[in-house]
Amino acid sequence: MPPSTEHGRPDPETTTLALSRDGRPVSDRGDTVCVIGAGASGLTAIKNLTEHGFGVDCYERETGVGGAWNWRHDRSPVYASTHLISSRPFTQFPDFPMPDSWPDYPHHSQLLSYFERYADHFDLRRHIWFGTEVVRVEPVADDRWDVTTRSTGGYGPERTSRYAAVVVANGHNWSPKLPSYEGLAEYRGEVMHASSYKDPAQLRGKRVLVVGAGNTGCDIAVEAAQQASRCWHSTRRGYWYAPKYVLGRPADQVNDLLLMLRVPLRLRQWLYHRTLRLTVGDLTRFGLPKPDHRVYETHPIANSQLVYYVGHGRIAPVPDVARFHGGGVTLTDGREIDPELVVFATGYLPRFEFLDPKVLGDSDASGRPRLWLNAFAPGYPTLAVAGLLQPDSGVFTLSHWQTVLFARLLQARLARPQRAAAFASRVEAGAGERYSGKVKDSSRHWFEVGHADYLRAVQRALDELEAGR
Amino acid sequence: MSATNERVRILRGREWARPVRPVRREVLGAAPELEEGRPPLLFVPGFGHGAWAFAEHWLEHAASRGFPAYAVSLRGHGGSERAPEATLRAYTHDVVQVAAGLPRQAVLVGHGAGALVVSHAMARYPARAAVLAAPVMGGWSTAATALRRNPVGTLPALVGGPLKLHRRQLFSRELPDADARRYAAQLGRVARRAQWQLLAGREAEPAVGRPPVLVLGSPDDRVVPPAALARAARRYGSAPLLFPGMGHDLMLDARWREPIDAILDWLVKEPQRA
Ligand SMILES: Cc1cc2nc3c(=O)[nH]c(=O)nc-3n(C[C@H](O)[C@H](O)[C@H](O)COP(=O)(O)OP(=O)(O)OC[C@H]3O[C@@H](n4cnc5c(N)ncnc54)[C@H](O)[C@@H]3O)c2cc1C
Ligand SMILES: NC(=O)c1ccc[n+]([C@@H]2O[C@H](COP(=O)([O-])OP(=O)(O)OC[C@H]3O[C@@H](n4cnc5c(N)ncnc54)[C@H](OP(=O)(O)O)[C@@H]3O)[C@@H](O)[C@H]2O)c1
Repeated sequence: MPPSTEHGRPDPETTTLALSRDGRPVSDRGDTVCVIGAGASGLTAIKNLTEHGFGVDCYERETGVGGAWNWRHDRSPVYASTHLISSRPFTQFPDFPMPDSWPDYPHHSQLLSYFERYADHFDLRRHIWFGTEVVRVEPVADDRWDVTTRSTGGYGPERTSRYAAVVVANGHNWSPKLPSYEGLAEYRGEVMHASSYKDPAQLRGKRVLVVGAGNTGCDIAVEAAQQASRCWHSTRRGYWYAPKYVLGRPADQVNDLLLMLRVPLRLRQWLYHRTLRLTVGDLTRFGLPKPDHRVYETHPIANSQLVYYVGHGRIAPVPDVARFHGGGVTLTDGREIDPELVVFATGYLPRFEFLDPKVLGDSDASGRPRLWLNAFAPGYPTLAVAGLLQPDSGVFTLSHWQTVLFARLLQARLARPQRAAAFASRVEAGAGERYSGKVKDSSRHWFEVGHADYLRAVQRALDELEAGR
Repeated sequence: MSATNERVRILRGREWARPVRPVRREVLGAAPELEEGRPPLLFVPGFGHGAWAFAEHWLEHAASRGFPAYAVSLRGHGGSERAPEATLRAYTHDVVQVAAGLPRQAVLVGHGAGALVVSHAMARYPARAAVLAAPVMGGWSTAATALRRNPVGTLPALVGGPLKLHRRQLFSRELPDADARRYAAQLGRVARRAQWQLLAGREAEPAVGRPPVLVLGSPDDRVVPPAALARAARRYGSAPLLFPGMGHDLMLDARWREPIDAILDWLVKEPQRA
């Protein structure tokens, strides 16, 4: 069979030939599991599935591993200055630590080298077909899946292979979420989404408006404070800007200490508010709006420099944008500003174009899946989504345990079917469950989880699955 | 020793909140002349020993048979940084750091109490395989044996003082006395807390990925009695491989070649996951 990719890699070997519903030939991959994407979540899926004895074929549309952290990829959301927001101990995979010599908050290039080393250390690349995009994933009889691929960019023929199970690890931080505004079409300045922001040179000497105060918006506002001639930072609410260090340690390590001691949420919130009061104080004196929520009720911002530059007058906090016009922007308080460049750091939306939305429980096609543990879809026992999470911490440890759980589930299907059936009813009953305290209603919080709450739920699921073994 | 606990513990608050303090580590190595794709070996010395104990014979020998071979000195030992407050967790951290830094998935080989450290490291790193040589797996029976064989050296250790190993506990009579003295002179001391954890510490958590495990030792070992050897092997579902006539320090004793060849032969056969 001719190879479907240009880099000389043979296609997965065919065992028997079946026919798809519309009569095309399907190569049967037997008990092999298909993994979609070779970012952090896909890599840990390959590692954990092979470690549990499964064969794996992984398809990756880019030419390298690392997903979002590979800045060479067109769709990578990282910019030159991106550093981790969560510190090493929790962020690293639980069975492959980052080197002791690395800083608390490594740079994105270190993250990429970490994932490349992970792939080489566990010899994962031999399972990956690079430059190959998954275009369709369809359930077929016996809980199996037909996966259709083609070369990235749409060259060459489509191929369909049949798999025993599928792990969807396609990431959810690459498809920009862009708000629409009245008058935007007439605006003569430059407009970009943060996903195309790569380098501070893009801001140099310009009057810049940054919209949104997620971690991206805050990082870009700080860079604009250093590089641009002016920086306005527009937010539609007030936030808690948490520093990267508190009480002499990385802030997330202090939080983990409190979680370990099982300090209740209310008390943790109070302590947090106290700590911020005692350090940066009341931010409304700088013109920042008062937060309309308690800390932990929006996705945490970890940025020590934003408040610093607001205090230097290098960042001017402004309210939401009301409308655009030819020469500038009208804000909701009626003020007029005249930026030359507007950066929308308004976040990302998930995309699963290769799957019927109903499979992921998204019955009204709103784009929001309804799963158990953010990973398991009712009625589809051989499907798992990995990494569809936005934790108040690093995400890699969570993806790791999701894929360990899935590997153990697939083992149970063979060895202890009644346990697997009990798991399936848990998926039915638990779909849509949340693993965080109260959060503000915003699409940015669809996948928000508290890492401790979430991992406790995974631990319970694993214990139930393995009980009596 | 209690039955093995197979429950994977996901919540590791202590490890996230209180990471182990990094220290400078000594790693010695020997590379094969020809890279044949064999897995790297990481040797972990027992308490009191350093990487030097493997540099004497085993590293070069493994390399000559095609295996890239490394040995680490646990913190406070050999040429690694001093660490009087070290714990078993810190030693485990040292091993996992070095293993994860190797280019490919490593085989962990622990000797003496280094085998206990390896059993803990296996719960934090998916070793390709593991070898426990003359394993001191801890617990009070270890103390009882040590007390019986070497009361003068052991008694102070039980009340918090330093443990002293005697050279006749470590080597057979076949080893020339001059060598035995030279090796014994290099022995260092274990951190107090780690020494205590050896006696009263927790059982290791389940090994990631269920790697194959080989247990070997000598029936004439004066630190590890045959019953302890059999117990350690049973825990990993096998029987120990025995080298009669040898002392505890298999890698330094006169017939050091036999156990390392047995380990390499076992690896060449590519043992499968348990
Ligand atoms: C600026 C920024 C900073 C961040 N910082 C942190 C941080 O500090 N800590 C943290 O934990 N998280 C952070 N994140 C979140 C980040 O998304 C995760 O760290 C991580 O990248 C998720 O890995 P993943 O494998 O799930 O997804 P991705 O990294 O997005 O990987 C998905 C992979 O799937 C491939 N793919 C997608 N669709 C297909 C298809 N149809 N066919 C074939 N291949 C496909 C993609 O090419 C990609 O390689 C950050 C995100 C952004 C935007
Ligand atoms: N350094 C790092 O490691 C780093 C850097 C960047 C990002 N990240 C991670 O990447 C993920 C994405 O972060 P992100 O900052 O790109 O996106 P995000 O967290 O979704 O934040 C989007 C921001 O834009 C605002 N917004 C959205 N739609 C809007 C609209 N229509 N009008 C006005 N404002 C709007 C949101 O306000 P509301 O709160 O009102 O919804 C929010 O302030 C997060 O998990 C984040 O932690 C990490």
